[in-house]
Amino acid sequence: MKLLFTNCKGYYRQLVLGPVFKLFEAVLELLVPLLMANIIDIGIQNNDSAYVLKQGGLLLLLAVLGAAAAITCQYYASVAAFGFGASLRKQVFRHIMSLSGREVDQIGTGSLITRITNDVNQVQNGVNMFIRLATRAPFLAIGSIVMAFRINAEIALIFLISTPLIIAVLYWIMKHTLPDYANIQKSQDKLGALSGENLEGARVIRAFSRQESEKEGFNQAGDLLSSITIRVGKISAALNPLTYFIANVGILALLWYGAKYANRGLILSGDVFAMVNYMTQTLLALIVLANLIVQFTRAVASTKRLSALLEIEPCIQGNSVPKQKEEAPAFLTFESVDFGYIDGRNALTNIDFSIKKGKTIGFIGGTGCGKTTLANLILRFYDVTAGRILLNGQDIRSYSLEELRKTIGYVPQNVNLFFGTIRINLCLGNPQADDTTLWQALRIAQGEEFVRSKPQGLDTPVEEGGKNFSGGQRQRLTIARALAKKPELLILDDSSSALDFATDAALRKALRENTNNTTVLLISQRASTIKNADCIFVMDEGRIVGRGTHQELLTNCAVYREICISQKLIDTKEDAR
Amino acid sequence: MNPSILKRIFQAMRPYKGNLLLGCCSALLQVLFTLITPVLIGQGIDCLVGKNQVDFSQLTIILMEMAGCIVLASAFQWVMNVCIRKISALTAQDMRQQAFASLNSVPLSTIDQTPHGDFVSRLVNDADAVSEGLLQGLTQLLPGTATILGVLVIMFCLNPFIALVVVLVTPLSILFAKFVASRTHTLFRKQATAQGELSAYVNEMVGGQSLVKAFGYEESCFERFDKINESLQTSSLWAVFYSAAANPGTRFVNNIVYACVGVFGGLAAIQGALSVGTLSAFLTYANQYTKPFNEVTSVLTQLQTALASAQRLFWVIDLEAEPQDSTDAIAPSHCNGLVEIEHVNFSYRKDIPLIQDFNLTVKPGQRVAIVGPTGCGKTTLINLLMRFYDVDSGEIRIDGTPIRQLKRSALRSMYGMVLQETWLKNATVRENIAYGKPNATMEEIVQAAKAAHAHNFIQRLSDGYDTIIAPGGGNLSAGQKQLLCIARILLCRPQMLILDEATSNIDTRTEMLVQAAFEKLMEGRTSFVVAHRLSTIQTANIILVMNAGQIVEQGTHAELLARGGFYANLYNSQFAVQ
Repeated sequence: MKLLFTNCKGYYRQLVLGPVFKLFEAVLELLVPLLMANIIDIGIQNNDSAYVLKQGGLLLLLAVLGAAAAITCQYYASVAAFGFGASLRKQVFRHIMSLSGREVDQIGTGSLITRITNDVNQVQNGVNMFIRLATRAPFLAIGSIVMAFRINAEIALIFLISTPLIIAVLYWIMKHTLPDYANIQKSQDKLGALSGENLEGARVIRAFSRQESEKEGFNQAGDLLSSITIRVGKISAALNPLTYFIANVGILALLWYGAKYANRGLILSGDVFAMVNYMTQTLLALIVLANLIVQFTRAVASTKRLSALLEIEPCIQGNSVPKQKEEAPAFLTFESVDFGYIDGRNALTNIDFSIKKGKTIGFIGGTGCGKTTLANLILRFYDVTAGRILLNGQDIRSYSLEELRKTIGYVPQNVNLFFGTIRINLCLGNPQADDTTLWQALRIAQGEEFVRSKPQGLDTPVEEGGKNFSGGQRQRLTIARALAKKPELLILDDSSSALDFATDAALRKALRENTNNTTVLLISQRASTIKNADCIFVMDEGRIVGRGTHQELLTNCAVYREICISQKLIDTKEDAR
Repeated sequence: MNPSILKRIFQAMRPYKGNLLLGCCSALLQVLFTLITPVLIGQGIDCLVGKNQVDFSQLTIILMEMAGCIVLASAFQWVMNVCIRKISALTAQDMRQQAFASLNSVPLSTIDQTPHGDFVSRLVNDADAVSEGLLQGLTQLLPGTATILGVLVIMFCLNPFIALVVVLVTPLSILFAKFVASRTHTLFRKQATAQGELSAYVNEMVGGQSLVKAFGYEESCFERFDKINESLQTSSLWAVFYSAAANPGTRFVNNIVYACVGVFGGLAAIQGALSVGTLSAFLTYANQYTKPFNEVTSVLTQLQTALASAQRLFWVIDLEAEPQDSTDAIAPSHCNGLVEIEHVNFSYRKDIPLIQDFNLTVKPGQRVAIVGPTGCGKTTLINLLMRFYDVDSGEIRIDGTPIRQLKRSALRSMYGMVLQETWLKNATVRENIAYGKPNATMEEIVQAAKAAHAHNFIQRLSDGYDTIIAPGGGNLSAGQKQLLCIARILLCRPQMLILDEATSNIDTRTEMLVQAAFEKLMEGRTSFVVAHRLSTIQTANIILVMNAGQIVEQGTHAELLARGGFYANLYNSQFAVQ
């Protein structure tokens, strides 16, 4: 609940004054039946037109004051709620972006997005409703009862029966419908998933001519949804009739006992009228209160989820003490590194190697052999479970995250570009990069030609995810993006998978010629991509099973030979060379 | 409000007209009994004239009548609510089903060209909006209108003068509501845009979190976020403020009506033109009369959203379906695998010609390799062979029969297709393997899995063949998904194959095994293979070389190398490392 206080900062005035104004309006509202009773009991009884007019004037005044107070309260509520919401959203977003890979994996990207959109909105609405209604509704409900007691305490006992009954009905209905609302949400999600799946697999479904059974599955899910909806509907449809029934039976009782007391001269008809009004007012206030409680339970659930999220400490944190730069004999070293995404299941086991500055190193192996995990560790998206990684002779955990990542140019396996322009994307890691740097990076990445061919050049718009570029173009842009950073260490993770062989070869040639000072890690499944590296590490099931040059490995590493054979790299021509 | 959409919604409700009739009648009766109650309460109050003057026998009758009215009003209100809930939920479900059915019969070009998220949102969110909108609209509009009319009649019967006062003051509230609606409409649109922008941005940044981190992009990213966040804050503040102001505003008008009725009624009572009970009834009616007016605005916006959503659903339902199979279309029981392509022209867009005068004959059992750089349009051929798209002109024949004269289902079942993007259902492994042959026995399924080298890893899954595959195949590796897709084909044993880079995601060692399985499968079967792998290409009977969507060369490996053209370049580039 700490998040409520910290983010409400600056809005305390609104948080207090809002409900005060609302309360004021409610008090005025409670006075209305009394004034009306006066009109009946005094004005009409005594044939006093002036009195009636005077009370009428008062009623008008109450209306004006009430409206003014209410609108002031609404204003305060909006200012506070949306100020709070914006502040909370800001906090949550920063927190999400500070989480490390392990936490993001655990929570899931989808949930994170729901947190910051739905949950924040839910809490924000809660604050808004709190200011607007949390005081008014209970005050009206209780105030009406108090006023009734002031008129005639014995008749008012009826309120003590009808009000709990109404509350019981509201509680019963809410208790029986709330869980079903969760089910409705679930089956709606199911429908969404089914239609997404159907669109995704349109080709396969049609290839197997399974449209009919797909429709059947969807209709079943839909029928389930409508049957739950109707079932809930039957219960919630009873809310208004039942409460109406109870309140009106209460009125009936009021009239009956009112008549008895009136007959003994203990109450006036105007007072009975006022009590009838209070009964209706209680009912309305209670229904508002019930809706409010539903909203609040949602807001509270959201608050809990958000608090839980905010409490997660990112397990990866940088060192805040700046590092002295020093030259070490080895640029990058792995010392008996073990790592597992899930406890007890190692993705990497006993990885040991050392790389000199400026060298090009290849990593090869099949899917799931742990190649990408290496990159994740160097970038500290995850931390090693055992052993350590040294950069320039110092443990990477002793650098600040910013410092560490600044030295690395990373080309991830899945190509992703941000919405904006080519320039914005290329400048991602180096906002100061000038045109010359960008074109140079594009040239090496074999992307200069196609960017030049665009009329807007570097300022060509990029759609979300880079949808308006082909896979190969996207890949070349991501390579250029990493190069524009002028990194000391360049990691290319399967970065030529979408390139044809000719472009791939040209890329490797350009990289070799232009990155003398840069240490390059080439991660690939293709032997042709890495075969010219200074040293090749062969990985299998999380271990290094061979190291050396292409020729060396061909003779002494069975796994490597197998890979090459399967890729038909060594045929007669190759051996002859 | 668009009358034609309204008409279509009513048509959609037709199957439930019994419920609709019942709901309407209940609404009328509910209003009737609700409206009688205040008169009875007024008469009851009139009985309390003073000490020892209360007419209990009269009061008893009134209270009995009142009890009856209360019970009936409650009961009819419940019936109305239930009926309308049913109608709205079922109507929405019907529309959703129709929309889904439509999606399964539209040409693939429609699915390819429309963002899937948009379709999903129409099927889920819009159908929900229709259901809720109809519910709210009908439950409030039906009794609301009836109440306004009923109250007017009763008030004029009770006292025309005071009734006139009420009628004259209430338009104030409508004016006010109009003002609010005009203000909030644009503001809410602004808010929705800002919310959408924020969601998109968060989506992008959280999805690309590792990029943001790797490139130290955090600060700029926060700056941008804060800007969007601020604009969202401002727009929602005013939107919500104005719409929330509608409440006190209408309450204000109510209170004025109430005060007027009180004063004029009081004065009339002094002159003896009105009893106190009638005055009390009037006061209740004044409230009841204005309430529907206040609700009308919110109901109208609800209905408007429902209509807009209905329109979006109708759009899906009305999408043009693939042309039906012709009535004399045939479904041959056997296929030899002779494929003839003659003078075929095709393009996705009329202004950009793609495949022009394409001719090819593939004899039964031959292997066709389709090669070319990424994005060269290799999938186009698959689209045409499977009739996902129809050729613009020319003809494709199988065993001499033009494919237009075949049933689509028959044509498609002749091919076994493994696409580069693996697709699996959110169902068990067993159901996925048996997707093309739902009645396959467990034995057949295991056999297919074994042939695809998937059996071993399936057994290691938590529930073996009954393991449920997560949406999008999340709990499987890319290679495993591919193996399941291969097993799915192996179970059907189709006469022809279409393989789209089928094995590029599988690690090299597994790939060797899969290749072997494919080799066996391709034996004697006509097959079209899209691949970068030269090993597959070299053994093909025919190589189609594609570039920029067009077929640029055609021939065997040796022929093409000798020609020294595009293919030769492509082939040599793999070895041109030094």
